[in-house]
Formats: sequence, C-alpha cells, structure tokens
Amino acid sequence: MNNFSYIQADKAKEATAAKRDDKSAAFIAGGTTLIDLMKLNVENHDQLIDVNMLPFRGIEMTKNGLRIGALERMSEVGEHPLVVQNFPAVSESLLLAASAQLRNMASIGGNVLQRTRCGYFRDTAFPCNKREPGTGCPALEGDNRNLAILGTSSACIATSYPGDLSVALTALDAVLTLENAKGKQREVPITKFYLLPGTTPQKETVLEADELIVAVTIPQTAAARKSKYLKVRDRSSYAYALASAAVGLEVQGGLIRSARVALGGVGTQPWRCSEAEKMLVGKAPSEAVFRAAAEVALRGAKPREHNAFKVEMAQNTLVRALSEVASL
Amino acid sequence: MSDQSTPAAPLNPDGSRRTFMKQAGGFLGLALAPPFLSQAERLTALSKKVEGVSTISLKVNGTVRAIRAEPRVTLLDALREYLDLTGSKKGCDHGQCGACTVLVDGRRVNSCLTLAIMTQGKEITTIEGLAKGDELHPMQAAFLKHDGFQCGYCTPGQILSAVACVQEGHAGSEAEVREWMSGNLCRCSAYPNITAAILEAKGQMG
Repeated sequence: MNNFSYIQADKAKEATAAKRDDKSAAFIAGGTTLIDLMKLNVENHDQLIDVNMLPFRGIEMTKNGLRIGALERMSEVGEHPLVVQNFPAVSESLLLAASAQLRNMASIGGNVLQRTRCGYFRDTAFPCNKREPGTGCPALEGDNRNLAILGTSSACIATSYPGDLSVALTALDAVLTLENAKGKQREVPITKFYLLPGTTPQKETVLEADELIVAVTIPQTAAARKSKYLKVRDRSSYAYALASAAVGLEVQGGLIRSARVALGGVGTQPWRCSEAEKMLVGKAPSEAVFRAAAEVALRGAKPREHNAFKVEMAQNTLVRALSEVASL
Repeated sequence: MSDQSTPAAPLNPDGSRRTFMKQAGGFLGLALAPPFLSQAERLTALSKKVEGVSTISLKVNGTVRAIRAEPRVTLLDALREYLDLTGSKKGCDHGQCGACTVLVDGRRVNSCLTLAIMTQGKEITTIEGLAKGDELHPMQAAFLKHDGFQCGYCTPGQILSAVACVQEGHAGSEAEVREWMSGNLCRCSAYPNITAAILEAKGQMG
C-alpha cells in the first residue's frame, strides 16, 4: 500500500474542504472497502481524511421517517429495535451482509459507496473501463458469472454496488442527505443516487468531490413494515448475492394496496422494479401474480456467457420473497 | 529480547525475518523523524495532520506502548512487526479470512483492514491478553478440550471472534454460532469442534 498522509477531521467543513482541495484525497470511516482496494493498488490516495469524529450518528424516528447517521455501523443499525420492527428488509440486508467483524467496522455511508467485486476491476493486471477509463472491459467476453444482467453497457457489466443495504433502501425510497464544502446540504433519493455505467462507468454516483453522506432517511410506510430481504448466494453465509430481492407489501381487504420491489446482484446498480410494482397493485396475492410480476422485472435482461442462470434465479428469488411477505 | 545486543546483525541468531524487519523499521523511523522545529510546528498549525512516521500510542492488553510508524501501517502489522505480538495472524490481509481478528473496545474487527493510527485511545485485546497468568480464558480452555483446531493458524482469530460472539449474545444455538462465526475461516475445517467449544465456553463466561 502506498503511503498517504492522515488527518482526523473534527468538523464537517474541515473534512469536506480538505477533500475539495486535494483531488487525490479520500474520506475514511470503517475503511473496509478503502483499505482493501488501496492494498490492491486499485485505489490510490495521497491523503485519508478520517471522518469518524464528525457528529453524523444516531438512529431516530423523525417526521420524515427513520433517520440514520451515516457513521453508524452496520451491526448497530441491523439490530436496532426501530429498524427491526419498522424496516425488517433493512435489518435483514445488513445482517446477511459480510461478517460480524466487517459489520462492526463498516459505516452506513461507506456501505452505500462500496465498490464492485468484479474480478477485472480488482486486478490491475487487466484493463477496466471503471478503473482506467477507455482501456476496455475484459468481462464482456471473460468470466462474467457474478456480473450484471440489467442496466449493462458495452463499457461495463459490473454489479457496481455489490452489497445488500442499498437494495433495501432502494425498495423503500430512502433519501440520502449530502453535505458539501460550503456547508450546504441537499437531499437525493437513493433511486437517483446511482448512475448507470453507459460510456462513463467510472462515474458511479451523483456525489460531488467535496460531498459527504451525512444521513440516510427511510420513510415509514405500511409496505416497509411488512418487508423482507431475501439473499441467494454460493454459500449460506458470508458471500455476496448472486441474486437478492427486497420487497414490501401493503395488503388490505385481500388486495395489494402498495408494493415495493428491488433486486440486488443482477443490476449495475440496485434495481428498482417499478413496472412489477404496478402490476401487483390492486391484485390479490398469489404465486401466479408474483410470477407474472417477476417476469416483467427481468424483462430486458441481457445475460452473457456465464450469468444466464441469473434471470431465472432472480425471478425465483423475487417470487419467494413476495410469497413469504404475503404469507402464502 | 535476546537480539538486542546485536542490533546491526541482519538476522536474529534463529534467522527470524521479523526481528530484522523490526530493526530496519527502527532505523528507517530514525532517518525519517522530523527535526525538532517542524515537530513543534506540527503541534500547532497541523496538530492533527500526520505525514510520514509519527509516534502512535496503542493500548494493547492493558498496556500503553508507543511505536514510530507511518499512517499506512495496519493494526495487524503494528501488533506483529512493531510490538512482537505475533498471536494475531495474517491470512488473506484483505478482511476475508478472520485470522487477524482482535477486539477494539470489546468489538471484534479485522485488524488487517484497520489503520493502527485510528485505534489510538482505544482498548485493543489480542490473544496474548486473554489468559490471566497461567489461567486460560474459558474460551481457550474449551478450544483445547474440544480440539477446536488442527494446524492452529486460524485459532487466535477464532477465539477472539468467539469471545465477542458470546458477549454479543449471538451464541444461542449451533446454527446461530455458525452464522455469527462465518467471518472466521478454518481450512482444516474444525468447525464442528469450534462450535462445540463456543457453546460450552458460553456457560462459563458469566
């Protein structure tokens, strides 16, 4: 790992200004993605700005929903009673992720910004449009078993966000609060936070260079209260999702009043399935209804040589998640 | 340490590379140490920005010890290469195997992904700090009794992780132990014995 200078910021403005003034700097909270990628020389920074002293903590119910400070750790949030009771999909997405050690370290803000596990991105011996724009994408014709089938481009097919939490946050319409070096805050729905790879896969989110994630807010809804995160993977624990589904249903009088559906492990970003949601609303829950919605959710999938299995796997994952939430 | 009398020798009499690296690190640290004036400046204008080698104080197993190291030195390397606490093991060095697990303020973490400089002021517990003199920690005793290892390389990390697993309240059943210990890999596959040891030690940890 190349050396870097280290500064511990105790005011947000100090952190964001230091980042603005040094294009090669990075924020560090838990460091679980950052230090890993710096050891691989995939990321190189001449300065790390430690943000752990900043006051972006707390898990509390507000009029806009549950507000989670970006520096809270995955383990605390995953087991917090307010999260477990009101947002089970969020709790499950956190506790099914990584390991107990990593969950103790990784922050919520850092989780949202974790980077792809594409083997070509992580190995500097290979070209990669995300790591070095314009060099090419060996994954297109290479080992693409773990990579995306939705939202891909000819420049990149990585599951740019490989994790779990943002899939649940995407299904439940969470909002990120960002703060820049001027001290100005803005709110961005997580459904508008991630960017499709297109021709610029190196640009992964709308976050500006001097912006820091300070909080995540999840609206409290009936569908969120009856939500679930189902994760399918090669091992039963401690593995990234091959396919996952975050779903929420509000059922009244035997009919679905509102539905929330997002998929993980299959899209270049957490994949919200609005068309599938529309199909579910007004119907009585049944496996046939869920199956039809799952087929629509995967419409437009572009599987490649090794990941064609993900189409059916994602559909089955979605049907099972919806069936469990509807207690079929 | 027996090697202190021969500081210029490249290798320990037993050929230990570790001792050589520690000494080399010491010389390098001296060479890069800033002159007194710039250190005085650092205490004012740049009180928190650290460039190059600096003094890092770590409280390990109840004792505060100072090392001279760069910000990039991980907690794992600080323990093994600077403090000669080689119980914590380097397996993958990427947070995937759990061999480097230690407790920081009572929480289990991967020390290979933790920067030493960021653990100042925190209580670090390694495998060397678990026993009380000759009296083994109940988890250590249970690992012995149940043969919770073969080669032993993952064992320090397993034991620290297991202590935290019990303290977190995640050792209620065999299935729960297996799920909450999944961050510690054992290539000898001693998992059934590790699980049995944890379930037994749980009852003795109070």
